[in-house]
Amino acid sequence: MLEKIILLLCCSCAVAQHLCTPDASDGYKVRLSIKTALEGQAYEWNENEMFLFRATLAFAMRNHIREQKFEVSNIIVCNETPRVSFWFVVTSPESTSVLIGKEDVEEAVRKSRNRINSAFLLTDKTLEFIGILPTLAAPVDPDTPPWLIVFGVVMGIVGAGIILLLVSSVVQKKRKNEMTDDEENCEETRVKTVENGSVGEGVYNMSFSDDERFTQM
Amino acid sequence: MKLKLPNPGLDNRIPSHGDLEKMEKEEAGDRPKWDNKAQYLLTCVGFCVGLGNVWRFPYLCQSHGGGAFMIPFLILLVLEGIPLLHLEFAIGQRLRKGSVGVWRSINPHLTGVGIASMLVSFLVGMYYNTIMAWIMWYLFNSFQDPLPWSQCPLNANKTGLVEECARSSTVDYFWYRETLNTSTAIDDAGGLQWWMVLSLVAAWTLLYVCCIRGIETTGKAVYITSTLPYVVLTIFLIRGLTLKGAAEGIKFLFTPDVNELMNPATWLDAGAQVFYSFSLAFGGLISFSSYNSIHNNCEQDAVLISIINGCTSVYSATVIYSIIGFRATEKFDDCISNNILKVMNAFNYPEGNITADNYYETVAHLNTTNYDIIQGLGLAECNMQTFLSQGVEGTGLAFIVFTEAITKMPFSPLWAVLFFVMLFCLGLSTMFGNIEGVVVPLQDLGVLPRSWPKEVFCGLSCLVSFGLGLIFALRSGNYWLALFDNFAGSIPLLVIGFCEMISVIYIYGIDRFNKDIEFMIGHKPNIFWQATWRVISPLIMIFILIFYFVTQVSKSLTYLVWDQEAPGFPTLAETPFPSWIYVIIFILAGIPSLSIPLFAIFKFFQRKCCKQKDYSDNTVDTISAKIQMHDNMKY
Repeated sequence: MLEKIILLLCCSCAVAQHLCTPDASDGYKVRLSIKTALEGQAYEWNENEMFLFRATLAFAMRNHIREQKFEVSNIIVCNETPRVSFWFVVTSPESTSVLIGKEDVEEAVRKSRNRINSAFLLTDKTLEFIGILPTLAAPVDPDTPPWLIVFGVVMGIVGAGIILLLVSSVVQKKRKNEMTDDEENCEETRVKTVENGSVGEGVYNMSFSDDERFTQM
Repeated sequence: MKLKLPNPGLDNRIPSHGDLEKMEKEEAGDRPKWDNKAQYLLTCVGFCVGLGNVWRFPYLCQSHGGGAFMIPFLILLVLEGIPLLHLEFAIGQRLRKGSVGVWRSINPHLTGVGIASMLVSFLVGMYYNTIMAWIMWYLFNSFQDPLPWSQCPLNANKTGLVEECARSSTVDYFWYRETLNTSTAIDDAGGLQWWMVLSLVAAWTLLYVCCIRGIETTGKAVYITSTLPYVVLTIFLIRGLTLKGAAEGIKFLFTPDVNELMNPATWLDAGAQVFYSFSLAFGGLISFSSYNSIHNNCEQDAVLISIINGCTSVYSATVIYSIIGFRATEKFDDCISNNILKVMNAFNYPEGNITADNYYETVAHLNTTNYDIIQGLGLAECNMQTFLSQGVEGTGLAFIVFTEAITKMPFSPLWAVLFFVMLFCLGLSTMFGNIEGVVVPLQDLGVLPRSWPKEVFCGLSCLVSFGLGLIFALRSGNYWLALFDNFAGSIPLLVIGFCEMISVIYIYGIDRFNKDIEFMIGHKPNIFWQATWRVISPLIMIFILIFYFVTQVSKSLTYLVWDQEAPGFPTLAETPFPSWIYVIIFILAGIPSLSIPLFAIFKFFQRKCCKQKDYSDNTVDTISAKIQMHDNMKY
């Protein structure tokens, strides 16, 4: 009895291993670059890590195909290299000789990519699924481009400056004109008082110099 | 040797020493004055130190033999730059007028020199302020994290990056597509780019607010615009020297190659750089020094400003190349890492097996064992020298290379803001001199009513320059700017500079000039000045002019375009100019240069036909009529 069970297991393993080959039509190659990502804090890749990978992938498949309960044994791995790269295929939980199609696997990985990455402290670049392109993060596109805001602020300040300076020069000019008017008025009143002292009358003409006034007296 | 051309009536046109003393004591005359010496020095330093110190000199230095370039640069600085600078300062201070006024006073036939200066200042101001608009655009865009030139946008169906961006680089794409939206040829005008128009509006209005009352307002603005660049350069120096690879850049810059000294192009470029770097022949320096008090020591000023200009060039070259060295090292490391990754992936070696140190041996070994695989990988050529010499002059340096380097630094928006504020200040202080060189001659010429206030003159200049400058906001604007830069700002200046020298030394008279300087600063200019003014500097200028002219005319006129279809993309493709460009080139380079002889001929004929009118003009032009006596003075 025991031999029969062992034989069956070996057979199933062999069959399963037979399903996973490099360049399998329903398989994907995975490549990890742990040392590049983590440098000093890099962990060793060993059987336990591989187990975690298979478990995470089973989790991803469960999330994608909710009806079927994928187990760790459904994820078959082969062709491991020292680079830390390997191929994997996913078998259906109902029948171990049937592989889950490429599209489903891809969709499952895409959906849970973030979770798979964080399980290994890696990113899309350092945990590569060859053939599954990472969904690109769209660059942030604010409603008002920030440069318009800065432009508005700068133009506001500059505009205020121009108006201030123009108004102040106009005011200065007015003041200067008023001052020269005042000076002329002062001279006129001076003349008038002198005029009142004597019998003189009439509008005094400022175009004449002061000399004439004195000589008249 | 004391050649002097006949110049009748000179004494009637210029104030005598006695008049000058009187004007100085009574502070008569309505000419504006500097608040203090520092303002004057800062304005002149700001005018001289401009974008060329940051993005032209470092490139010339590195491409013409590094440290060895200092030799021709310093020699020509002393023999050409300082004498010309002293000459402009002295003549402005003595005759107390802007450029048109000065040359008209020396001899009415020379008014053309002033007009040429004004035209060149106008044309150069037009395109220089467009560069300011570009700098402002980048500055406005620096207030966000991540910086917009650090990422490629996604294409329409969001599956990948935009093709143009993916093939070139994020910074190239942001410059050529999102900023300029450049077309593929200069005849393909495209439309006005509204964001560029807004940036131009910003640049011109900011310039207007600073120049609105002439040196009254620019004198205050220069306290910031002339000092801030030095502060920022120092900050960048400290930051740059702490980055990895800075030493590589500085070594690359200063490694001397003495053989370059045998190359005449080195001396030509050094001479041209000294000349343009001092902003001579624009008329702005003459104007600025005419606001000085009569006994200001212009000799000291000239030497001081020359030293400052030279030192700034070397200092900024060091800063720029430390950052370039950092960028080149980053690119080199990236290139090597990518290659190592490719090899590791192909041969499934564990990580860390191939490092940067043993990369070359490993690849060489693999090349012998697995030749096909290595060839199939398409390993990129990682050459440090190539990375160091990429696009390191002109707008390419500021908007492509430096912006890329900034994206690799931590706290990128801060460095971007600092860098563009520095460039903006450098350019703005140069624009002050340009506007001075346009507005003051306009007032002197009397084309517009003299009763109009200075604000209106300034506003009109800015408005017209902005209107004509809209050509640079077209899609082909970048190509127009390169055209202007090559032709409007080169040959005419050399011609004007040469004419200035000849006019002062041989038409005004070196004897009279020596006596003037003795009156102003207390001692006669020594043998160095005599030798350089009379012989050495004019000879150097003639050489540079002839060689420049010959090289420009002999080389076929091509320009570089950004064309996606071109085979060498993303390298710029060299395309020949269309034939109608020659008309434009003639307008840009020919009209300012030709205005000198044309005006002389016009004045000559005017004199011949209308002799009586000329005499009465002369008497009205005398100084005693111009000095306003105080109201309180009784006869």
